[in-house]
Amino acid sequence: MSDLIFEKTSRNDAGWLPALSHSEEEILKFLPASALRRSEAHLPSVSELDVVRHFTNLSRKNFSVDSQFYPLGSCTMKYNPKVLDAIAAADAFSQTHPYQDPQDAQGALRILFETQTLLSEITGMEEFTLQPAAGAHGELCGLLIVGAYHRYKKEKKTKVMIPDSAHGTNPATAALCGYEVVQVKTDARGHVELRDLKAKIDKEVACFMLTNPSTLGLFEEEILEVARLVHSVDGLVYYDGANMNALLGHCRPGDMGFDIVHINLHKTFAVPHGSGGPGSGPVGVKKELVKFLPAPRVLKEGSQFIYEKEAPYSIGKLRSFYGNFGAIIRSYAYIRALGREGLEAVSEHAILNANYLKTKLKDLYEIPFDGYCMHEFVMSAKRQKAKGVKALDIAKRLLDFGIHAPTIYFPLIVEEAMMVEPTETESKATLDEFVKVLQEIQKEIETNPQKVLDAPHTTPVSRIDEVRAAREPNLRYRAK
Amino acid sequence: MHYISNTEEDKRQMLEAIGVASFDALIAKIPKKLRDFKLRLPEGLSELELVRELDAIGAANKNLQDYASYLGGGVYDHYVPALVNHLAHRGEFITSYTPYQGEASQGTLQFIYEYQSMICELTGMDYSNASMYDGASGLAEAALLALRSTGKKKVILPRTVHPEYRAVVKTYLSCLDAEIVEPPFVDGAVDLAALKRALTADTAAVVVQQPNFFGVLEEAREIARLTHEAGALFIASVNPISLGILEPPGDYGADIAVGEGQPLGNPISFGGPHFGFFTVKEPFLRKLPGRICGMTVDKVGRRAFVLTLQAREQHIRREKATSNICTNHSLCALKGAIYLSLLGKKGLRKLALLNVEKAHEAYEKLRRLDGVSEFSKKPFFNEFTLQLKKNPASLKENLAANRIVGPLALSGFYTGMDGRYLFAVTEKRTTQEAERLAQAIQKAKAL
Repeated sequence: MSDLIFEKTSRNDAGWLPALSHSEEEILKFLPASALRRSEAHLPSVSELDVVRHFTNLSRKNFSVDSQFYPLGSCTMKYNPKVLDAIAAADAFSQTHPYQDPQDAQGALRILFETQTLLSEITGMEEFTLQPAAGAHGELCGLLIVGAYHRYKKEKKTKVMIPDSAHGTNPATAALCGYEVVQVKTDARGHVELRDLKAKIDKEVACFMLTNPSTLGLFEEEILEVARLVHSVDGLVYYDGANMNALLGHCRPGDMGFDIVHINLHKTFAVPHGSGGPGSGPVGVKKELVKFLPAPRVLKEGSQFIYEKEAPYSIGKLRSFYGNFGAIIRSYAYIRALGREGLEAVSEHAILNANYLKTKLKDLYEIPFDGYCMHEFVMSAKRQKAKGVKALDIAKRLLDFGIHAPTIYFPLIVEEAMMVEPTETESKATLDEFVKVLQEIQKEIETNPQKVLDAPHTTPVSRIDEVRAAREPNLRYRAK
Repeated sequence: MHYISNTEEDKRQMLEAIGVASFDALIAKIPKKLRDFKLRLPEGLSELELVRELDAIGAANKNLQDYASYLGGGVYDHYVPALVNHLAHRGEFITSYTPYQGEASQGTLQFIYEYQSMICELTGMDYSNASMYDGASGLAEAALLALRSTGKKKVILPRTVHPEYRAVVKTYLSCLDAEIVEPPFVDGAVDLAALKRALTADTAAVVVQQPNFFGVLEEAREIARLTHEAGALFIASVNPISLGILEPPGDYGADIAVGEGQPLGNPISFGGPHFGFFTVKEPFLRKLPGRICGMTVDKVGRRAFVLTLQAREQHIRREKATSNICTNHSLCALKGAIYLSLLGKKGLRKLALLNVEKAHEAYEKLRRLDGVSEFSKKPFFNEFTLQLKKNPASLKENLAANRIVGPLALSGFYTGMDGRYLFAVTEKRTTQEAERLAQAIQKAKAL
């Protein structure tokens, strides 16, 4: 049953719309005939009940945090409290217009202002902008600030450094902002190789983009030295907040020497992932960079919340209005609900759960880097590959057991990588079940590998022909 | 409050299994000096306390449930049928990730495919991606596409395009070797003579917003013709509801058509999150930014959906990607797809007609008031600009007393626009509300 909604037909009168008071002809007199649509848009034509059934049945073909364990590394698929959805949907917030007089939207402005303040405290930064709509949008914001800073100081900078384990958005953003990308190697312990960094760093370096913990789930122990080196050429250190869930209340990027940070509210601060978005990627900066932040920021003047009036050094606007307010308010409420102790518990249990799983799985999988991990870890299916079963196959087989696959083949520097992030909201019982399933799959790899190679067996579709999808693109329905 | 599932006994057993005495041993590698602090945050709250606190904060907003809104300028007070949120807020949609594991995400992938199809139908364009952050950043990505695709340097961005959209385009292009030219307007629409002068051989693209920021319909077909004559690409930024009645950009020659999807089933929500739609004609398919979903088959030949043409994207191409965008606004696009499904062919046209009808009814009432003068003689869809007296005394108080929010003062966006106001009128507005609006303006001695 994968009929498109276009392939169904039933009666649709759009009865939820009020009736017109005039005839079509009378209304059309207001518009020149040349501006009118000549052919009908072939939208679906189905009854309300058929719309309900169609989308309800589609939803049932999805894995989700509400229905399955979702240990997808780097994505922080934690449980997001439902009360936050209710708050975001309340009329007081969802029915407020961004162009209302600030006097009439003091509640919304207060949420924005206080979120800026809370995030500054949690990350150890001076000020925040909430405009960026996603992590990559935050990166764009951050690198535009880097550019503005060096132009202001009349320094010519052409390079952005990233570790070889970095997420693809880092180099893509650097390129979008006109920088040449320089990759820094990872050492045998999984950290930035200081020797390589020292060899490659020069006065042309504008910025070093880094996550900490790294994409390998390890804390960069030499972070203070890395920051010192980058600052020594007047480069800025950029914090990609993908892994912030490990640090809440335990240490702060600002104290590590980062000059600019972006935070993924949809990872750490309980904004649900929504089938791929919307998220939100606020950016925080140190004091000397505040004047370059996107305009306008929300400020507090006496007891009033206002928009900043002038921002002559600002990089400008990154999107319309003030950010993904409906996401921001969820994070605001989440931080208010948890408080300091709750946030500390988040990272404590995220780290505890990851280390527990890693301990339980270390006999089954090769763990390329030793030592305790932070909130996630990377294992390698090299041994399994030697028996003919790849990380991809194991990922697909997990789906049959009602568990979402870990992130696979990332970071790129680990062969047959499987990146596991259990998050703090999962219980030991769930983790034990996950281990049991992986042990069972291991037995299959030993005795009946074909079963794993043919997986998944229980999902709405089996393995998908991606080559055909790319070679013969079918990207839309066309009415016959 | 917290949402931890481990008990104290679980924690003890887990630490024992790991082989450490305490949690601190796990993070011993973090330098001590980095750990020496306590966050200064307000005390945590129970759910009941939290809801009360947020209710109290929200009470300081005048929300549009209690007021008749004539505010537009990019986000609009359209009616959202109850079904939209009922379906879109299902846990299986709201708590799933990007559909990288296709077999576990057929629901998401199919709705994206259907969304792409509906957006193509609406705009008359060949291909749509899975959506962008919003209309403004989508327009900026369209300008980037045009610059990259033509290898030319100039983008013509008329002053009739939403000022915030123009600001975003400028930000995105700020580190490229690109030139932005902003032709002025005559009678509320692009000054065609100025546009022609700006259109030189080094022009990559001309942008037109239809209807434009003042609500006025541009001569889109003529501008498209001039643009193509000069060898540049034509980018249209369109209001999706207007396409129920107005000619779609694909028909009048747009190479790229983008727009803000909020009017399609998304709440105003203080300006976000919404979604931007992004469409192209065939030649630009492989230059599209962002995700695209395609239909294919599974191993046994069943219809299946999957993210495709990923060789354009940052996770494969890294610094050579067509954009750094790594996400789309799926959930907002889903609301758009559900909304368009509920509307159907007939409903879309009826909705557009209702908007024309209500807007023109309000326009006639206001235009008749002494002292109100017209801003433009050109046709409009559901938004229009009128000239009131400069700095009308007590306008805001009178509107509030009549439980009205809006219109939007254009003086906040342009110099020399004192007394000019932008009115947005959707299907939600009634004749009685239009009368209240007229009375409020009259009483405010705004004339």
